[in-house]
Amino acid sequence: MDDVISLGVGEPDFVTPWRVREAAIWSLEKGLTTYTSNYGLLALRTEIARKHAERYDQNYDPAREILVTVGVSEALDVAFRALLDPGDEVLIPEPCYVSYGPCVRFAGGVPVPVPTRAANRFRVDPDDVAARVTPRTKAMLLSFPCNPTGAVMGREGLQALVDLAVKHDLYVLSDEIYDRLSYDAPHVSVASLPGAAERTILMNGFSKAYAMTGWRIGYACAPAHVIEMMMKIHQYTMLCAPITAQLGALEALKRGDRDADEMVADYDRRRRVFVGGLNEIGLECPLPGGAFYAFPSVERTGLDGESFAERLLKEQRVLVVPGGVFGEGGVGHIRCCYATATEKLVEALRRMKEFVSSL
Amino acid sequence: MSREHDDDLRAKVLHILEKDARVTPDRIAAMVGASEDHVRALVEACERDGLIRSYRTRVDWEKAGEPRVFAFLDVAAQPERGRGYDRIAERIFRYPEVHSVYLVSGSQDLRVVVEGRTIQEVATFVAEKVATIEGVRGTTTHFLLKKYKDDGDLFVDDPADPRLAVSP
Repeated sequence: MDDVISLGVGEPDFVTPWRVREAAIWSLEKGLTTYTSNYGLLALRTEIARKHAERYDQNYDPAREILVTVGVSEALDVAFRALLDPGDEVLIPEPCYVSYGPCVRFAGGVPVPVPTRAANRFRVDPDDVAARVTPRTKAMLLSFPCNPTGAVMGREGLQALVDLAVKHDLYVLSDEIYDRLSYDAPHVSVASLPGAAERTILMNGFSKAYAMTGWRIGYACAPAHVIEMMMKIHQYTMLCAPITAQLGALEALKRGDRDADEMVADYDRRRRVFVGGLNEIGLECPLPGGAFYAFPSVERTGLDGESFAERLLKEQRVLVVPGGVFGEGGVGHIRCCYATATEKLVEALRRMKEFVSSL
Repeated sequence: MSREHDDDLRAKVLHILEKDARVTPDRIAAMVGASEDHVRALVEACERDGLIRSYRTRVDWEKAGEPRVFAFLDVAAQPERGRGYDRIAERIFRYPEVHSVYLVSGSQDLRVVVEGRTIQEVATFVAEKVATIEGVRGTTTHFLLKKYKDDGDLFVDDPADPRLAVSP
């Protein structure tokens, strides 16, 4: 099909900033192609620790409390395998990223979905979590800003969840890959909250903030004994993250802040244009506080998410993702990624308006 | 309409837009004696074909309270068989803080314009990222001290039109 505008891909439309690419190219020219420490280059871990101290007042020891991984994807996988005994349960708020449930299952665990609702801006209600805790619950997975909903949570809301984790002695896995894509309020990092540090596996990376999706580079910060457990698996499966990607990530942290800030400013502008447009069409969508997704309800059209997406593609050549793939709570919604050129967003809105009017 | 006439009209339109990008198609049409539709089509074609590279707003950031540091670099570079200075030029021009890269006659020089927030920032950039490129033999950095005229805009006070409102 020609001329399709895709709002379906979950990655930045920016290329990795040149200075990051150049640093990596230079490292290859210089012949830096060996294995690194299993934990990752110490220089990178040191920079990660510095960044987290600067932004979130966290004090991770680069020598023992940080593990550089092949993307946050690997950090999640290794964390679940390290923490879960067969049959252990993990509370996972949904709608959520499609990998979480399967990763828990690969590790022999049981994913327990926790509903979040549009009426509460897709934030997690501690009562919904508490109601689902059992003697087999091992961990709670949080992911804010959230894919697909764009939801963010503030200090109070997150503290309530941390308090629950403390009460039931649960681990907290916090996927904060969209931390820098927080628009209206500064990002609250779960691991900074009272009671959290000793039980939180904080995961982050470079894919979204620095447009390094294909580089496959991320990290986990956690108490030393957890990192050690994760490292035991990581050392046999991955050995280490690619050195070239690590060096690129190091450059991103040292000198890539302005590039990242500019990209985020651009996402913010597009967010307002696009979400404003959706509401004008009648696809109700409160302004999401983070990430680069809009998750409007299509209920007013009488169609469910899947039918809406299918017909929109066929009739107007605009691609969106039906919300149902992200969990029960997503049915009746569609996910639109606004990480694409403003002209394309404007044209997509025009076509969506035509489509909705035709129903 | 003859080819010559079209080219002539196009040149007129481009001259107008070059001075003021915000002139509307209907105003341009009146100025050049063509229809508004014809002007719109012409401008769109120029955008598509790269005759119009971009539309910018020229901002006096110092007045806006955000002074910038500019530096002009002379980069002495070793040309390469088959690629000339292209590889080195590309390595430099891809940085967003690099405004311009030119190959100029006179010596084996690339002339580069860099923008930063502080002198330190620019100097560090040159030392770490430009001077270290393989094939670069040396750099000379000239920091901009005062702008009189930049790209056609005056940055010093222009005496107002001295003519009397009504003259004999």
